[in-house]
Amino acid sequence: MKHWDFDVIVVGGGHAGADAAHAAARMGARTVLITLSKSGIGVMSCNPAIGGLGKGHLVREIDALDGVMGRVADQAGIQFRLLNRRKGPAVQGPRAQADRKIYQQAMLKEISTQQNLQVIEGEVTDLLMNNGVISGIYLSDRSEIRAPSVILTTGTFLRGIIHIGDASTPGGRMGDKPSVKLAERLDSFDLALGRLKTGTPPRLDGRTINWDVLESQPGDDDPVMFSFLSRKPAARQVSCGITHTNEQTHEIIRENLGKSAMYGGQIDGVGPRYCPSIEDKIVRFADKTSHQIFLEPEGLDDHTIYPNGISTSLPQSVQEEYVRSIIGLEDTKILQPGYAIEYDYVDPRALTASLEVKNVPGLFFAGQINGTTGYEEAAAQGLVAGLNAARNAVGGENILFSRAESYIGVMIDDLITRGVSEPYRMFTSRAEFRLSLRADNADQRLTPKGIEAGCVSGQRKNAFERKQEAINSTLKTLKSLVFTPKQVAAQGVKINQDGKRRDGYALLAFQDVEFETLIAMHPDLADVSRETQQQIKREATYAHYVVRQNKDVAAMKRDEAQQIPADFDYNAVNGLSNELQTKLQTVRPVTLGQAGRIDGMTPAALTLVLAKIKQATNKKRA
Amino acid sequence: MSTIFALATALGKSGVAVIRLSGPQAFTAAKMLLGSLPETRVAGLREVRDLNGSLLDQALVLSFAKGHSFTGEEVVELHLHGGPATIKAVLKTLGDIGGLRLAEPGEFTRRALENGCLDLAQIEGLSDLLEAETEAQRKQALRVFTGALGEKVLVWRQQLIRAAALLEATIDFVDEDVPVDVTPEVYTLLDSVMTTLSQEAAGVKISERIRDGFEVAIVGAPNVGKSSLLNRLAGRDAAITSEIAGTTRDVIEVRMDLNGLPVTFLDTAGLRETDDVIEGIGIERALERAKAADLRVFLYEDAPLALPIKPEKSDIVLRSKGDLYDGDADSVSGKTGAGLTELTEKIGRILESRAIGASTAIRERHRTAILQAVNALETAKALLDNGMIQTELAAEELRTAIRALDSLVGRVDVEHILDEIFASFCLGK
Repeated sequence: MKHWDFDVIVVGGGHAGADAAHAAARMGARTVLITLSKSGIGVMSCNPAIGGLGKGHLVREIDALDGVMGRVADQAGIQFRLLNRRKGPAVQGPRAQADRKIYQQAMLKEISTQQNLQVIEGEVTDLLMNNGVISGIYLSDRSEIRAPSVILTTGTFLRGIIHIGDASTPGGRMGDKPSVKLAERLDSFDLALGRLKTGTPPRLDGRTINWDVLESQPGDDDPVMFSFLSRKPAARQVSCGITHTNEQTHEIIRENLGKSAMYGGQIDGVGPRYCPSIEDKIVRFADKTSHQIFLEPEGLDDHTIYPNGISTSLPQSVQEEYVRSIIGLEDTKILQPGYAIEYDYVDPRALTASLEVKNVPGLFFAGQINGTTGYEEAAAQGLVAGLNAARNAVGGENILFSRAESYIGVMIDDLITRGVSEPYRMFTSRAEFRLSLRADNADQRLTPKGIEAGCVSGQRKNAFERKQEAINSTLKTLKSLVFTPKQVAAQGVKINQDGKRRDGYALLAFQDVEFETLIAMHPDLADVSRETQQQIKREATYAHYVVRQNKDVAAMKRDEAQQIPADFDYNAVNGLSNELQTKLQTVRPVTLGQAGRIDGMTPAALTLVLAKIKQATNKKRA
Repeated sequence: MSTIFALATALGKSGVAVIRLSGPQAFTAAKMLLGSLPETRVAGLREVRDLNGSLLDQALVLSFAKGHSFTGEEVVELHLHGGPATIKAVLKTLGDIGGLRLAEPGEFTRRALENGCLDLAQIEGLSDLLEAETEAQRKQALRVFTGALGEKVLVWRQQLIRAAALLEATIDFVDEDVPVDVTPEVYTLLDSVMTTLSQEAAGVKISERIRDGFEVAIVGAPNVGKSSLLNRLAGRDAAITSEIAGTTRDVIEVRMDLNGLPVTFLDTAGLRETDDVIEGIGIERALERAKAADLRVFLYEDAPLALPIKPEKSDIVLRSKGDLYDGDADSVSGKTGAGLTELTEKIGRILESRAIGASTAIRERHRTAILQAVNALETAKALLDNGMIQTELAAEELRTAIRALDSLVGRVDVEHILDEIFASFCLGK
């Protein structure tokens, strides 16, 4: 009856849009990505870096499902660092400075060579609806494109306003126009909107920086890649510089605070606490006399330097003055002034776990529009929306992610259950099962799921299965090898002489037992590849804790298995406070587990809800 | 949500009986009976009428607005004359109003919990308070009811959240201006929490005694006068006494209030070798209970006998049948009561000195949670001894500890830790 032009339409070519479109296409859905300009695909509008703590975990997870961000970042990486290298593997996060141009080119190549994926340049002005269900989009020339699934990844374009000092102009990103019409359309869906802000620092001309007097931060000697399929960096590697603000810088900023858009009262949006503007830093931490600045090169053949740590909305003249008060930047030229941007976001509690808008079937949201910040958070949401938009169009079960299995699951659950009050960024501390959700085992956690869903290439599938086989056979060997405490002590390991024999895997759980220790006692193990050795050691490190956490995981799964009917009437639950009633009505949790994570929820209230569900099911049965 | 009502005072004839209503309809329903309500929190005299307008009683009425009552809801109290027929008539009238129903046992308290007016520990305190018979029980229950445990947990939580935030900051913000090694401050915080937690855990046993009663066992050879002493303490013939050795077979308990402390005296079978099967069982029981008791009073007639149980340091050893012997030793007489005051005073002093060690945590549930937390904190400290290398494991232990304490009153989540991090450190490189 209907003629669809495509299965999935993705609006926006940023990080959410790219991974959304690519994921939908990998699933076999006929996908179109609509962007204002092809040159906007894969643009890094903020700092030129990918990964970090929590974020690096997300990129690994995207890669485990064959998403694009990881491999593109590996091609564009010009300085790789594994954060927390000296801490345990669970909290190590890969990070890389990326060459903007290479990143964009590599991303465009991934997108344009992907089967089932077409790119159209144009402005989406409205959504095409059929009886409350999405059926496509309108372009600015009033032409239609029809599809059963539409993913909006419009970033900060919704009613975006750019502030530099007291000058403000509508716009999504420097040089781009905002999408006011689309915003009006979204208004008609009665979604709760909020306002957020974020900022960028002035971009500096690297040729005018006195690098000789500055500290330099090189990358790691043995770079750790994002993708499980990458082996080593493709681009030439460079260092970042480090400098600091000083009393004079602070004085200049303090004197001009009134001219800042943020402090002058032009901005109402809430900014992120973990990425404050330099104005904020100086006001809130008045006793600090100096703040660190990383000077990050934007590319190998680009002179632009991104000074990470001094984002601002002060007027350009003040920006120039305070930048030049900083050591090494005395004669530095500003290429583009820093600015703050305010934009609308949709309260993500209006979304399901597949990122579909609850009351607009077929419409998906991903990225900054949901109140998140960061390329990685955006791409991970894009992936989830892409997979599910494809399933919505071509049929099949939703592909959902749990907190026990992935950072992706943690993020989506946080968003749809708790909403956001500041731009949401991933941290490892958000993952209660952090010890098992590691960057190193993202493939073990998610690639099988991807294979089952059908979004993983044959190449990755084979590589993964080979790796798993090696790990499993080595594990089997280790568990069959038994050592006495005497044997182990002979290797210089401090161990209780309790006469208890331990197998090779149990021994690896000891902090000072390395794979080499086992090889010394059983030389055949030397044949095991370095990669397999390391992976098994990482697993063993946490084996004891993972067993403990499994109990919590089981409890959570039990609660997750308890569905709450969509039409559940919270007003009918006796003894539930008004506050909790309102919260539950807003979130409409799908499971008891999700209800339990709503801010302020008490165990007693959960028991009441559970009792009411049971009562209702019993009545139905009777 | 329905409006509930119930008789708040004891059933039976009394001078005044109080019926309490709570819920969204409390005010409107009360007005149907009273015509009008006095200003909130001000007592007013009203005629109570049934729905047909017949006079039921004259009552003193108090009302409390939503958010300013025990349950957190609208509450009305009707202070009626305490005759059973009056109570019955008013309850019936209330039951006839749509949307009102008789409260289930504990429902007022449960609503207070649901509406955040009381925490879990306070509920436990309240239940103890309603049960309190002695002064020490009353004081202890009141301490918990007024939220003393919740306050303590708040302090521990703040300290542990601070410690967790410090560790998490070094993990999640390693590239930023945060201290690299936070162990000194974390140690200080953990030590402080662990010390108080351990004290609390140790005091729970005492608190339980204050709630459930201390046990004082009277032990000695057969026919030494244990039952006579018990009867004298009880002021009645609680135990059968006779000249025949081995009269007492089972353990006989007498509960009393000793200087405000609840004390249960145990009369036990005389300890001796016996071939009588039943007496043998009695003796076994006597030994078992005497060992478990908080204090033992050993009675002897001539010379302390070699008994299968030995007095502990603070136990009392007395010559019995004091009326037959003249003051050459500490003695007591069940027959005349001589030495009895001295004995009860001494027992009171010993138990009082122990009661000082009582904690704010009062239940085994509290103790288990607290010990679990202490355990996790000890492990966390041991992990931190290796430097920051195993921070993520130490952080995991801290989570376990915080969760254990949470179970006492409420819960903490990661947002609290992030709040602390953002308030403490200037982040954003």
